[in-house]
Amino acid sequence: MTGPSAVAQVSRSFQRMSEVHAGSDGLNCILWSDRDGALAAAREIDARADRGALAGMPIAVKDNIATLDLPTTCGSRILDGYVSPYEATVITRLRDAGGVVIGKTNCDEFAMGSSTEYSAWGPARNPVDCSRVPGGSSGGSAAAVAAGIVRVALGSETGGSVRQPAAYCGVVGVKPTYGRVSRYGLVAFASSLDQIGVFGATVEDAAIVMELVAGRDARDATSADRAVPRYREAAERPLAGLVIGRPREYFPPTLDSRLAALCDRALDAMRAAGAEVRDVSLPHTDLAIPVYYIIAPAEASSNLARFDGVRYGARSAGAGLRAMYEHTRSRGFGPEVTRRILLGTYVLSAGYYDAYYRKAQEVRTLITDDFARVFASGVHVLFTPTAPTPAFPLGARSDPYEMYLNDIFTATANLAGVPGMSIPIGRLDGLPVGGQFMAPHFDEVAMFRAAFGLERALGAAAHA
Amino acid sequence: MTTTREVASGATARYEMVVGLEVHVQLRTITKAFCCCSSSFGAAPNVNTCPVCLALPGALPVLNEQAVRLAVRAALALGCTVNEESIFARKNYFYPDLPKGYQISQFDRPIAEHGRLVVGARRDGSPVEVGITRVHMEEDAGKSVHDRFPGVSAIDLNRAGVPLIEIVSEPDMRSASDAGAYLRLLRQILEYVDVSDVNMEEGSLRVDANVSARPRGETRLGTKTEVKNMNSFSGVERALEAEFQRQCAMLDRGERVVQMTMLWDGSRGEVRPARSKEQSHDYRYFPEPDLPPLRLLPEWIARIRAELPELPQARRERFLREFGLATADVEVLTATAPLADYYERLVAAHPDAKASANWVMGEVLAALNASGGSIAHFPVQPAALARLLDLVRDGAVSHSAAKRIFEIMVRSGDPADTIASREGLLQVRDADELRRWVDEVFAEHPVEAQRFTSGERKLQGVLVGFVMKKSGGRADPKRVNQLLVERSGGG
Amino acid sequence: MAVKRDDVAHVAALARLALDEAQMTLMVTELNGILAHMDVLQQVDTAGDSGTAALEQAGMPLRRDAGPPLSLARPLESFAPSMRDGFLLVPRLATHEDAAPEDLE
Repeated sequence: MTGPSAVAQVSRSFQRMSEVHAGSDGLNCILWSDRDGALAAAREIDARADRGALAGMPIAVKDNIATLDLPTTCGSRILDGYVSPYEATVITRLRDAGGVVIGKTNCDEFAMGSSTEYSAWGPARNPVDCSRVPGGSSGGSAAAVAAGIVRVALGSETGGSVRQPAAYCGVVGVKPTYGRVSRYGLVAFASSLDQIGVFGATVEDAAIVMELVAGRDARDATSADRAVPRYREAAERPLAGLVIGRPREYFPPTLDSRLAALCDRALDAMRAAGAEVRDVSLPHTDLAIPVYYIIAPAEASSNLARFDGVRYGARSAGAGLRAMYEHTRSRGFGPEVTRRILLGTYVLSAGYYDAYYRKAQEVRTLITDDFARVFASGVHVLFTPTAPTPAFPLGARSDPYEMYLNDIFTATANLAGVPGMSIPIGRLDGLPVGGQFMAPHFDEVAMFRAAFGLERALGAAAHA
Repeated sequence: MTTTREVASGATARYEMVVGLEVHVQLRTITKAFCCCSSSFGAAPNVNTCPVCLALPGALPVLNEQAVRLAVRAALALGCTVNEESIFARKNYFYPDLPKGYQISQFDRPIAEHGRLVVGARRDGSPVEVGITRVHMEEDAGKSVHDRFPGVSAIDLNRAGVPLIEIVSEPDMRSASDAGAYLRLLRQILEYVDVSDVNMEEGSLRVDANVSARPRGETRLGTKTEVKNMNSFSGVERALEAEFQRQCAMLDRGERVVQMTMLWDGSRGEVRPARSKEQSHDYRYFPEPDLPPLRLLPEWIARIRAELPELPQARRERFLREFGLATADVEVLTATAPLADYYERLVAAHPDAKASANWVMGEVLAALNASGGSIAHFPVQPAALARLLDLVRDGAVSHSAAKRIFEIMVRSGDPADTIASREGLLQVRDADELRRWVDEVFAEHPVEAQRFTSGERKLQGVLVGFVMKKSGGRADPKRVNQLLVERSGGG
Repeated sequence: MAVKRDDVAHVAALARLALDEAQMTLMVTELNGILAHMDVLQQVDTAGDSGTAALEQAGMPLRRDAGPPLSLARPLESFAPSMRDGFLLVPRLATHEDAAPEDLE
C-alpha cells in the first residue's frame, strides 16, 4: 500500500489540532492527546511490512471508550485522571489494522446529553459556527472530523449521540445494528441501547472503519455472531431498485418547512437516480422519547453504581462509608447525570417498576414491531431528517425535556436495535443539516448503499 | 434483645413453627461465573481479579458454561424442572465488596423451579416433604475484613464473581429438626452430584431461614422473620428454636410479630434484630441487559439428567434390598457417594455383605477419622480389603490378627497376604504344632489342667487363652478348642 | 403519580447521592416535569404483548470454564484510591457485631 506515511498523517493531525484550536481554549473537542506517543505508534506502523487497511490513519476516540495510553474519563470528574488498564476491543482492532489514536474527544458526561455542554471539561464547540454546539453526546468526535483533524472518529450512541452531532457538524455518522460492534471497553450508559458508532468525512471513510470494528467479540455476550459484509462495496450498487420508505411521523406539520424541503430534495435526487420512494407509517414513533427516557436512565442508574470511589476514580473522603459514597458521587457527577440517576432509580423502585419500566419495555416492543412491519412490506431503507433543527447556540436549551426532544428522530433506532446513519444533505442558514437512513437489523449494506447513492446524487449540494 | 431463656416452655406447645430455607451453594468451577479469573481460595488479596470482576468501566460479563452445567445438575438432583429459558437480573445495592453496585442474579425467571425432597418421617410415620420453590444462579460478593487495620475495612475481591446457586424452599418445615433433616439431605445430594464442596464452615454453603409461628390448627401463615448469620447446621436449628420461642412469647403476650431480619449470635445462643437500615430493601431488580436470555436445549438438559449418578434415597433403597442390611447401617454406608462406592466395590469382591459393612463402618471409618483423609484416597482400596476379609472367612487369619494386618495395610499399602506371612500372623492350624502348645500349657499349668481334665469344663476358656498367648495369637482358636475337648475326654 | 420530596429523598439515598435543600426542591420539580411526559405511556394498549422485545434475540453465548484471566496493563495499586497489603481500603464498615449505624445495607 502506498500513500503518506503514518508519521506524516499523524503529524498533520496534530498540526491541524493547533490550527483550529482543538483544545480547551478553542473548539475543546480534543480532551487528551499525546503527540509523542502517537508518533511512536505511527513509526511502529511505518516499520511494518504490511501497514494494514488503515495504513497509519489517525483516529479520534470518544472519551468513554477505554484506551491504554490516554485517559478515559467519560467527560466526568468522577474519572478525573483515570487511565484504563485495559483497552476496548474496537481499539485493539483498529490498532491492529494500522490505525493511530491521536486523541480522546469531548462528550457529554457519560454520554448523557445532546450538545456536549454537559462535559465536566467544558463545552465543545461546532467548527462550522463556534457560538453553537456540535451536538452530542459525541460532539467532540463530530467536531474533530468536521474541523479536518481526522477523517474518522469513534463515538457512541444510546439515543442518537453519533447521528445527531454528525448532522450538526456536517459529517457522516453511523450507528450500527445493536450487537454488530463489541461494547467491551465502551463505558456503559444504557447497555440495551449502547453501540459504538463511527464518524467519517465521507460515507466511504465511515464504511472503512465500520468494516474493521464490526463482528463478534467473545468478551461481549450481546455481540452478534454474524459475518461482516464489505460495506465499501455497497458503493458499487446503483440506487435503481432500492425502495426507500418516507415515514410520515418523521415529517410532522411542525417540522421546519425548509428542513422538510431539504429532505424532499434528497428524496428527489435518489428518485432521479432510480430509487423508489414510498410513504410509510411508524405509528408509535411519538412514544419513543418517553420510552427512551425511562429505559436509558433506569439502566444508567445501575451502570453508574460502580463509580463509588472504592476501586478507581476520584474518591472524596467522608466520615464513614456512606459519607464517602455520597461525597464521591455527588461531587463526581454533574447535574444531568445526577438527574438521570435519580430518574432511573425512581422508575425502577418498588411500586413504580410496573408503571414505568415494564410499561416502557412493552411499548418498546411496539416501536420495534413498527420497523419490522415496514421492512417486511418491501421497504429496504427509511429516510428521515436526523434532527428537528440544526445546531443550536450554546446555552439555548435549559429545560431538560426540551433537550431530550433533540433525540426524537434518532432514539427509535436505538430502541428497535436497527442501524441508522446520518449524512449531510444541505444547509439551513449556513448550518449543516443531516438526513437519516435506517435499515433492517444487520442490513447495514442497504443503508450504506443508499448513503453512497445520495452522497453521489447530491454532490456539492450536500454542503450548501 | 431476646434470649431463649426468657420464655416459658409451655408457650411453644400451643404454636406451630413454620420454616422455609434459602441456601446458597458455591459451585465448584475452575473460573468465576462471568470472567476467566480463578475461583480458587487462599490467594493473596485481590490477586484473582480482572477488569470484569473489578467492575472497571466498560468491562462486560460472559457466563461460564460449567456453572450452568453444575446448576442444572444440582437442580435436576433436587427434582426441579429446568426452564428452557431463564433470565439474569440485576439486584442493585451498594456495598464495597460488590464491585458493580449490583449483583448479577436471577429474579422472575430462574433456571429451575418446582422441586421436592422427602427429608424424613414424622413420629406418626407421615413423610416430611419439602418443596423447592426455585433454584437460581448468581454471583458471590467479595470479602470485607473488619479487624485487620484500625479504622478501616479491607476489601478482597478474589471471591467476587464466584458462581453460586440459591436454593429456596417452600415453608414446609414444621420444626428445627425438620430444617436440620432438610439441610443434611440437601448437602448429601449436592455432594452426591459433586457440584460443590458444601462446607458451611468454609462458606461454600450458607443458610438463611424464614420462620413464623402460628397457633396449632391454624392454616394461614403468620408473619415471618428472616434469620441470618448461622454458620453450622446445629446453629441453624438452635437459631430457629430461639426465634420461634421469641415469636411465641410475643404472640402469647398478644403482640404482633413484625417482619424483620434477625441475626443469630451463636456464642450467646440468642437472636437479635438487625439494625433498621438492614430492613429496608429496594433492590430495583431488572433484567440484566448485558446478558441475553439463557436458552437450554431440551436434549442438553436430558443429557445432564442422564449423567446424574444414583441419588442418596435411591441408593439407600437399593442397599436395603440388595444387601439385607439394617436401615441404620445403610444410612452410614450411603452418607457419601464415594463411601457407598467403596462399599459396593468391596461387596463385589467379597460377597459377605454384612461382614463387609461391619469392616467399612468400623475399621475403615475409624482409620479415615484418624487420618482426616478422604475415602477416595484411602490407601486400602476395596480389592485389597476384600482379600483380607477372604483370609478371615477362610480362617487363615484371626479377627484380631486381621485388625493388626489392616493397620499395617493402612500405613504401608502392602497386600494382606504379604503382611500376614511377614508378621507371622497367619493362623496355625497344623495339628502337631497345636498339640505341642497344648502339651506345654498343660505342663506349665498343672493345677488348671488337672481340674479341667477332671471335668471342670469352665476352665476350657482359660486354657485356650494360655495357648493363644503361647502361640503369639497365631493358633486357630477353633482347633485349639477341639483339641482341649479331646483332652477332657471327648465332649 | 406526582413525585414528592420524600420520593426524591428515598431514591437519592438508594443512589448514594447527597442533595442539598435547593437541589432537592429543583429535582422534585424536574422529575415531575419529565415524568409528566411519560404518562402518555399509560394510555398505550400493550395487552397481549409479552413485554419482551421482539428483537430476534439469540440465546446467550457461553464461555469455557478455563483461563487465562484477562490481564491488567497496570496493577490495581496504580489506580485504586486506597490500598494496603493488597487490600482495598474503605472507611470502617459496620459489622453485625459492632454497629456504626447507617453503613450496613
